Amino acid sequence: MNLKSLLLGAAASLALAPTAYAERGADGQLNIIYWQAPSTMNPFLSGGTKEVEAASMVIEPLIRFDEQGEMVPMLVSEIPTVANGGVSADLKTITYKLSDGIKWSDGSAFTASDVVFTWEYCTHPEGGCAQSSYFDGVSNVEATDPLTVKVTFAEAKPFPYTAFVGSESPIIQKAQFENCMGAKAPECTDANFNPIGTGPYVVDEFKPNDVISLSANANYRDASKPAFGSVKFKGGGDAAAAARAVLETGEFDYAWNLQLAPEILDKMEMGGKGVVVVAFGTSVERLHLNQSNASADLGPDMRSVYADGKNPHPFLTDPKVGKALSMAIDRQLLVDVGYGKAGKATCNVLPAPAAYASTANDSCLNQDIEGAKKLLDEAGWKVGAGGIREKDGVKLSVLFQTSTNAVRQDSQALIKQWWGELGVETELRNINASVFFGGDPSSPDTFQKFYADIEMYTNNFSGVDPEAYMANWRCSEIPGPDKQWQGSNMQRFCNPAYDALVTEMSKTAELSKRGDLAKAMNDMIMASYSIVPLVHRGGQSAHAKTLGGVKMTDWDSELWNIADWYRIK
Amino acid sequence: MLTYTVRRLVLAIPTLLFIGLVIFLLLDLAPGDPTAQLPLTIPPEVREQIRQSLGLDEPLPVRFGKWMVQFCWVEPQVMIDSLFGSHLAEGQQRVLSWQTRSPVMDIVWQRMPQTLWVVGTAYLVAIVIALPIGIYSAYRQYSIFDNVGTFISMIGFSVPPFFSGVLVIVIFAVNLGWLPSIYDTTHAVNDWDSFVVQLRQMVMPVMVLALQITAQLSRFMRASMLDNLNQDYVRTARAKGLSERVVVLVHVLRNSMIPVVTVIALGIPQIFGGAIITEQVFKVNGIGQLLISAIQANDIPMVQTLTFIFAILIVLFNLIADVLYGILDPRIRYD
Amino acid sequence: MTEDRRTTAEPDLTAEVLDAVLTSGPVPLTPPRSQLSEVWSQFIHHKGAVAGGVVFLLIVFAVFLGPQIWTLDATYIDIRARNQGPSLAHPFGTDQLGRDMLSRMMIGGQTSVLVGIVAMSLGLVLGTLIGVLAGFYRRLDGLLMRLTDLFLALPLLPLLLVMVMLFRDRLSAAFGPETGIFILMVTAIGITSWMPTARIVRGDVLALKEREFVLAARSIGTSNLMLIARHILPNVVSPIVVSATLGIANAIITESALSFLGLGFPPDFPTWGRLLFDAVDYMQQNPERVIMPGLAISLTVLSVNYLGDGLRDALDPRIRGR
Repeated sequence: MNLKSLLLGAAASLALAPTAYAERGADGQLNIIYWQAPSTMNPFLSGGTKEVEAASMVIEPLIRFDEQGEMVPMLVSEIPTVANGGVSADLKTITYKLSDGIKWSDGSAFTASDVVFTWEYCTHPEGGCAQSSYFDGVSNVEATDPLTVKVTFAEAKPFPYTAFVGSESPIIQKAQFENCMGAKAPECTDANFNPIGTGPYVVDEFKPNDVISLSANANYRDASKPAFGSVKFKGGGDAAAAARAVLETGEFDYAWNLQLAPEILDKMEMGGKGVVVVAFGTSVERLHLNQSNASADLGPDMRSVYADGKNPHPFLTDPKVGKALSMAIDRQLLVDVGYGKAGKATCNVLPAPAAYASTANDSCLNQDIEGAKKLLDEAGWKVGAGGIREKDGVKLSVLFQTSTNAVRQDSQALIKQWWGELGVETELRNINASVFFGGDPSSPDTFQKFYADIEMYTNNFSGVDPEAYMANWRCSEIPGPDKQWQGSNMQRFCNPAYDALVTEMSKTAELSKRGDLAKAMNDMIMASYSIVPLVHRGGQSAHAKTLGGVKMTDWDSELWNIADWYRIK
Repeated sequence: MLTYTVRRLVLAIPTLLFIGLVIFLLLDLAPGDPTAQLPLTIPPEVREQIRQSLGLDEPLPVRFGKWMVQFCWVEPQVMIDSLFGSHLAEGQQRVLSWQTRSPVMDIVWQRMPQTLWVVGTAYLVAIVIALPIGIYSAYRQYSIFDNVGTFISMIGFSVPPFFSGVLVIVIFAVNLGWLPSIYDTTHAVNDWDSFVVQLRQMVMPVMVLALQITAQLSRFMRASMLDNLNQDYVRTARAKGLSERVVVLVHVLRNSMIPVVTVIALGIPQIFGGAIITEQVFKVNGIGQLLISAIQANDIPMVQTLTFIFAILIVLFNLIADVLYGILDPRIRYD
Repeated sequence: MTEDRRTTAEPDLTAEVLDAVLTSGPVPLTPPRSQLSEVWSQFIHHKGAVAGGVVFLLIVFAVFLGPQIWTLDATYIDIRARNQGPSLAHPFGTDQLGRDMLSRMMIGGQTSVLVGIVAMSLGLVLGTLIGVLAGFYRRLDGLLMRLTDLFLALPLLPLLLVMVMLFRDRLSAAFGPETGIFILMVTAIGITSWMPTARIVRGDVLALKEREFVLAARSIGTSNLMLIARHILPNVVSPIVVSATLGIANAIITESALSFLGLGFPPDFPTWGRLLFDAVDYMQQNPERVIMPGLAISLTVLSVNYLGDGLRDALDPRIRGR
C-alpha cells in the first residue's frame, strides 16, 4: 500500500508538472453550478452530498480517494498499514502521522489536537452529527504528540480507514468550533458558514441555498496552487439548466449530477462548449421484492411486517417468480433509455470495487421472456382470465412503487410492459421523493414501510469497503412497527447463513478473503431474488473544454482535486 | 371607515394566531422527514439523532409555543437591534432553519432583494401594460385590437412558465446568446454599467412573469369596464358634455376598479412570496425558491415562517383592498 | 328586442330624449319573452361564442371519441420507434419510449379537460357562493373573509401531501386508483383556487347592494334569495366568467405541476400538462412534442374564453342585439 501510494503520488505530480509552475490565482475565476444548492458548509450538520462536496473545497480529511478508489494522503505523510506499523497487528489501533508545516487558512498550525477535537465534536450525543457513523467502533482518539494521532477501536477493525478518511469525514479547526459542541452546534452560524480549513479555498461569502463565493487560501500548502484565484459556486435550478449553462451557453465551467435523458445530453454536448464526464462508484438501481405480505387487507400490525417469516408474501418469496420477473427485463435497454453513459447493466447488488464484484450472475444481462414464461409455467402459474397468471386462486398482480423522477417513471413503464408480456399485472405508483425517502412512521408511503410488492430505488455505500453495506441485509435489520420502521433490510430478506457470513467478514482482515465473502453474500441475495439489480449507476458531470485537471470520481467528492484544476489556454 | 380599519387591525391578531396554528398543524401532519434528502449511506440511528437534535421529539404544543415566541417576540427584537444597535435579543434563541441551521429571518432578508427586483418589477410592468390594454379593449370591444389582445393574453396565461421560461432561454441565451440564462444574485448595482448587467439578467424572468400577470389583470379590467361602459351614469356624463376621455378614464375607470384592486391586492403578497417556478427556471433563488426547497427538505421552521409572513401580508393587503373599495365607491359602508 | 333600448346606449342622443327615457323608462313594443330564451338567442348570434363553442365541442369529441377511431394504445411501448417525428404511422410522432403521441394526446385530453372543467366549476361555485354570501350578508362577511385569508395563506404542497396521505387509499379502495386520484386532484385544486373569485365577487357585491335597483327591488319586498338570484348574480357574471376561463388554464397547469411532484396521477397516465412538462427538455430535438400539448391547452382555454364572452354579452341586456 505504501509503495503504491508513493508511486501514485509521484505519478500525480508528474501528470501535473505543466501546471506546477503556474502561479496561485493566475487563472482567474472558476464558475461551478450545482443544481441543488448547499445549505451549510459544515458537513457534520447536514449529510447531504451537495453540502459535503461544497465543503470539500475548504476542509479536508487526512486521506482522500482518487478517481480509481485508491487512497491518497492529504494531510498525512503516508497511509498507515500493518506493514509500515501504522496499523497495529491486532487491528485495534491506527496511527496517523500528520504532515509537517500544514496551516489552517487563518495562519495557525494544523495539529493533532484538531483531529481529536473533530472526533469529540462529531460524537457529542446532543450534536446530531450526520457523519457519526464514520466513528462507529472508535473507542478513543488521542494525540500522542502534536503531529501524531492514534485511533483506537473497541474491537478489531479489519478495514480501519473510516474516521478522517474521505470527504464525509473532514477535519475542522478546534479553535473555531470549540464553543459549538453538542446542542450549541447550530448556533455557530458564522463558523458553520465560513469554516476555517486546510483546503485550497476559503469562503468569502456564503448565501445558504444560493451561492458561495470563495477565494484561494493564502496559506495553502502548495504555494503554486490553486490556479484559480476565486470560485463562484452557484446552486439552484434543475439538471437540464445546469447542463445548458456548461455545454451550450458556456456561462459555467463545471456542472454536477446531470441526470438527463441520454439523447438530450448528447445533443447539448454537440454544442461544443464542454464535455460530459462519468465516474462509477457503487450505486445500483435495483428492485426490492417484498418478502412479507403487503396486502392492503392486512392491518397496520401485519402489513409488510416480516413477523419471523410467518407473514410471507403470497408469491414473491418463491425465487422462481423473482427469477422470471428478472429474466423479463432488458437491462441494457433501461440503460439506453434512461442513463446513457452514466449507466451499465448489472446483475449484482455489489458491482464494485473490482475485488468484491461477483461474476456468477451475469446471465441476467440477456432478456429472455420466453424462458421466463416457461419458468412460470413449470412453477404452476397458469395464464388465467384477462391474460394474468394465477395459481391456487392467487393472481400474479403487483403494486410497483418508486420515487418521482422522470427516468424512474420511464423504467417503470418499460418494466410494466415486459411483465405484462409474462402475464403479470402491474399497478404503478410514484411517490414524492421527500416522502418516499423520509422516515416519517405515520406516512404509508415510505420506502421502509414498503406498502407495495415491489419498489425501485438506488443505494450505494461510501468509501471502498462493503462490510457495513452487506450487513444491511441481516435479519435484525428488517424494519417493522416495533422499531418505528427503522432498518435497512427493505425487502425483509432473512437467512441465518447470510448472517453468519456477515459475522465472519467482520473478523477477516485479508483482502482476498474479504472479497470472497462479499461475493458469496452478494450471490446469496441474488439467488433469493429478493433484490433484482438493474443498473450500475455512475455520477455524470460536465465541464467546459477550457477547464483542465478534472478527475471525476464517485469514490469521494467530485471536487477532491480542485486545487489542481486550471484553465487551458 | 377609521373605526372599521382599527377594528379589523385588532381582529387581525387572533386571525393570524389561528392561521399560524392551522399552518403548524398542517405541516406537522404532512408526511415527510427532514433527513429524507440525505444520502442513504447515513444509517437510521444517525437519522434519529439528527431528528432529536432538531427538537422533533418534543411534544407539539411545546414546539408551536417555542416557534410563536421566537417569531413574535425574539425576531422583532433582533430587528430593533440591527436598526438601533441595541442588545435586546442577545442570547435568545431565534427561529432556526433545519436545513442551514441558521436564523430563518437572516436568509429571508438575504433573499428579499432579488425577489423584489424580479417579481416586483414584473408586477409593475404588468400593471402598466395591463390597465391600458384592458381599458382600450373594453372601449373598442371586438375590434382588432381587442381580439388580438384577448388572443395573446389567453395564450400567455395558458402557457405555463416551466415551458415559456425554458423557451425564452433557448431562444435568447442559447441560440442568440444575448442574455445570461442564470441570474447572478451576487451582482451589485453601483454604476450605469452594472445596472445594464442587472437589466440584462432581469429581462427574461420579468418578461415571463409579466406575461402571466398582464393576462390576468387585463381580462378583469376589460370585463369590469364592459360592465360599466353601458351604465346610465355614463350616458348622463356624456349628456352633460364631458369629454370622452374624462368619461372613460375618470368616471368609468373609477367604478371599474373594484375587481382590479382586488386582484392587485391578492397579488402583492405574492410579490414577496416570489414566483416559485419562474425563480427556479432562471435560478433567481428568491423567496419562492426558498419556500419550495424548504418544503422539499421538510424544513418546517422555514416553511412555517415564510407562510406566516405571507399570511400577515395577505391579511394586511386584503384590509387595504377593503378600505380602497370604500374610497372608490363611497356607497360601500362596513359599519 | 326593443330597438329603442339599443339606441339609448348611443352617445349622440339629445338631452331631451335622454331625460324622457330616464324618467319614463323604455316602453315594451313586443310582449316579453322568457329571459332564458332571450339569452339563448343572443348567445347563438354571438360570433365569438359560436366559434368558441364549435372548437370546444371539437376538442371534446376528439379526446373522447377519437380513441375509437385511432385505436393505438397510449401506453404501448414500441422501443424501436422512439423519439420519431410526425409520420403516417404516428401523425404526432412518438415519445422517448416510442409511445404514440396522438393516442397520448387524446387520452391525456380526457383527463385534462375533465380536471379543468370540474376543478374550475368547483372553485367557481365555492368562490361565488362565499363571495356573494360575504358581500351580501354583513354578519357573514368577517368570518367568511377570514376563512378566505386562511386558505390564501395555506401552502398548497403540504396540504396536498396531507390529503394524499389521508384519503388516497380510501378513495382508491372505493373508486379504483384512477378515479380515486381524479377525485382527490379535482377537490384539491378546487378548494385551493376559489379564494380570488370569492374576493372579487364579494367586492362587486358590496358595491352592487347599495345600488338603486337593489334598493328598489328590496322596497317592493323581494326576498333576499330572490334579490341575489335575480339582481345580484346576473351583475357579477363578468368577473365570474373571467375567473372561469383563467380557472380552467390554472387547473390544467396545476395538475401537471402536481404530477411532476409525484402527487398527481399514476406515472403511466398521461395528461396534457404532464406531456408538456415531459417534453420541455426535448424542445430542441422534437419541437412538435411541446407544440401539440401547448396548443391543445391554449385552444381549450381560448374557446372557453370566447364562450364566456358570449355568455356575458348575452346576459347583459344593455348590449343585446350587437
